[in-house]
Amino acid sequence: MIPLSWYLVVAAALFFLGVYGVLARRNAVAMLMAVELMLNAVNINIVAFWRYVSPEEPLGVAWVLFVLTVAAAEAAVGLALVISVYRSRDSVVAEELDSLKY
Amino acid sequence: MDKETLELMTWLIPVGPLLSFFLITLFAKHNKTLSAAIAWAAVFTSLGLGWLVSFNVIGLQVEDMQNGTHELRKNPVVIADSEAWLPFQPEIENWLNMGVAVDPLTAVMLFMVPFAVTMIFIYSVGYHNYGKPNGTHLGTPNHGKQEPLFSRFFAFMSLFAAGMLTLVVADNLLLAFMGWEIMGLCSYLLIGFWYAREYDPDPKNAQKLPPRRASIKAFMTTRAGDVFMLLGIVGFYKLFGTLTFADALSAGSLIAAAGTEYSMYGMTFDGATWMGVLGILIFIGTVGKSAQWPLHVWLPNAMEGPTPVSAVIHAAAMVSAGVYVVIRIFPLLAVGMEASGNVSLIIGGIGAFTALMAATIAVAQDDVKGVLAYSTISQLGFMIAALGIGAYIAAAFHLITHAFFKALLFLGSGSIIHGMEHGAEHVHDHHTDPQDMMNMGGLKDKMPVTFWTFVVGGFALSGFPFVTAGFWSKDEILADAYYQISHGHGVIPLLSTAIFWMLAAAALLTAFYTMRQIALTFFGEPRTPLAEHAHESNGYMIWPLRGLAFFAITAGFVGIPETFPVLGQIFNYNFFHHFVGETIYETMKVLYAEGLVAHDIITLPFQPFPVSISIGVALGGLGLGWLVYGVRPLKEGQADPLVRVLGPIHTFLRNKWYWDEIYSFFIIKPVVWFSEYFVYEVVDRGVIDTILHVVAKVFYAIGQFLKRTEEIVFGDAVDWVKDMFLVMAKEVRILQSGRIQEYAGLTLAFTFLLTLLILYVLPILMQYLQ
Repeated sequence: MIPLSWYLVVAAALFFLGVYGVLARRNAVAMLMAVELMLNAVNINIVAFWRYVSPEEPLGVAWVLFVLTVAAAEAAVGLALVISVYRSRDSVVAEELDSLKY
Repeated sequence: MDKETLELMTWLIPVGPLLSFFLITLFAKHNKTLSAAIAWAAVFTSLGLGWLVSFNVIGLQVEDMQNGTHELRKNPVVIADSEAWLPFQPEIENWLNMGVAVDPLTAVMLFMVPFAVTMIFIYSVGYHNYGKPNGTHLGTPNHGKQEPLFSRFFAFMSLFAAGMLTLVVADNLLLAFMGWEIMGLCSYLLIGFWYAREYDPDPKNAQKLPPRRASIKAFMTTRAGDVFMLLGIVGFYKLFGTLTFADALSAGSLIAAAGTEYSMYGMTFDGATWMGVLGILIFIGTVGKSAQWPLHVWLPNAMEGPTPVSAVIHAAAMVSAGVYVVIRIFPLLAVGMEASGNVSLIIGGIGAFTALMAATIAVAQDDVKGVLAYSTISQLGFMIAALGIGAYIAAAFHLITHAFFKALLFLGSGSIIHGMEHGAEHVHDHHTDPQDMMNMGGLKDKMPVTFWTFVVGGFALSGFPFVTAGFWSKDEILADAYYQISHGHGVIPLLSTAIFWMLAAAALLTAFYTMRQIALTFFGEPRTPLAEHAHESNGYMIWPLRGLAFFAITAGFVGIPETFPVLGQIFNYNFFHHFVGETIYETMKVLYAEGLVAHDIITLPFQPFPVSISIGVALGGLGLGWLVYGVRPLKEGQADPLVRVLGPIHTFLRNKWYWDEIYSFFIIKPVVWFSEYFVYEVVDRGVIDTILHVVAKVFYAIGQFLKRTEEIVFGDAVDWVKDMFLVMAKEVRILQSGRIQEYAGLTLAFTFLLTLLILYVLPILMQYLQ
């Protein structure tokens, strides 16, 4: 059986791929996608721990289902926001959206 | 009258004048008539109460006289009432009492003082030209015009009278001292009453001090004596545990305290007992107040006050108060004298010397009040000398008679000056001194009442035999001195011999200068236009002269010794001797039995020698005076014949033995030098200022240091913090870019750091903490 650590490494790699995407991508839509990657990395972790630590009850899978649902909702809201920003600013480049400063 | 009424009346005697002072000062100062009315009402009340009390006590003696008993001497303090006033040493429940007491000695004082004061108050109204147009010069004499400070004068005089009456009725030394000090204050205020008066810088006025300075001199000189008196009072309390005369000076208390040796810092002095020391200390107070040598110098300058003031200070009240206090503590003195002859020597010696010295000075004075001033010093010397040889009654007797005739003489001289000032006003001459006897002459017919009363007073002062009061009292002093030559022991016989002859010489001079004064003033032709146009004073001034003249004659008749030939048989009772003698008769008897005093109250046998001396010097002095000044009265511009006869001695006497110059040279100048050069330059500017400067510098340095510290801490440091925050803010503000990805990156970085911290650093720290 593949050891737990392999899953964890994959999840971590996937997570940091997401992190990199969030931090480095200029397009807000791409950043949202990267966030999805990070969420899925977490999902892998949860499923992996469930499978290796307490596989008797399907708690981990249930939780992952919730996370997927929330992620879907979040993506929907996020994309709606991006569209809204695009409509008002005519841009979806994150660097240009610096009005938080004020 | 019952006891309570008498006690109340005694309490009220000084209250009237005291009230008068406050009423005039507070409410009546703008109304001269009202002021005088209040003052008069006050002194007449005191006179009425004083005489009622006095006659009640005298009545007891009259009863004794008629019944041949001696009831009074068994209980001499007829009226005594005191209230606990101040807690002294509360832990032993010892209260200081304040109260009044009347014994025969007080009674005779209560007869004399209110009467003399009342006469002077009546006189003052005329003296200050009541009813004339108002004068305009504040603080200087306004000749012929009404005194502008009329109300102030009566306010001060009332307070003065209150002080004297308090002293007389006081039953304890402290209350007496209060009255004493009130008089000291009032003498200052009244001598300096004409505070704005200045004298021309004329060599004739060289010896005159302006009233302002005279008042300071009087106050300071008497103060020198008062300090010792206060010490005496403290010692008195220490020795007897009470200040009440009746308790402290009772035979029992004196016997208990008699052996107490005087010690200072554990040292004892041969023969010095506390009694003697206390006697001397209190006596020094009297030396100041009664103007005895060496503190007599203030009295002649005190003549700068208005004449009624001179009368009240130098006859009725203040100087008498000094002698009165010594008479009051006589049993204490007597015990002190017996223990140590030095006490006698000091008191008797000072008295006799003062009497003679002042009499010689009086001979050469030209100021009509100046003669009387020295005569007062001289007569007070008689009383003090009498006390020095233990002649208690004679001193008291002379005190009373002297008060009457000296008040009369002062008021008479005031009347003369008033007449002269009227003349000066008439001829518009304001440069001739109206007080200088050389400018007078021939006033006999112009001022007849003043003349006759002045002659009565002058003859009483001279001791004109048989009819005047002064003869009987002076004769008694001489008789006592003569008696002590043969019957005294210790230093007394020697002292008595000296005192007898000194007093006899003084009495001769007294008669001489009195006749000189009368002749220069009243006889001959007027020597200046002032005297030419002088006229008799108003009724306010004349009637008191008549009143006092009455007592200047009759006051002597109560003290004629039974043993005196012819007259003694006619009167047949030496009332004054028995009456005043009862005050301490029993005390002295007990003390004599214990061997603590030289003798008790004795009735002298008749001694022809002192009586003939007394008659001889009085008549001789008067006759000599008449020969020199009366037979050929001085012409205008003629010099005093004494100048030719005495030569340099006259200059010496005229300059008052140079006492003022001696004091100026030996005391005042060194003191001034000491204050200016030592105290001011060395102590004040050198030592004290240096210390102050050092202290100031130290504090200045501390201040500077604090200032710098403050600047650094609250200035620079705060600025630095502010600047740092500014710099930091500038640095930090680039972090806030508003770019979401940078924020996220930072979050990630710090999450990392936090994770590392929690996982690796924190466990190590926890290990250390445990």
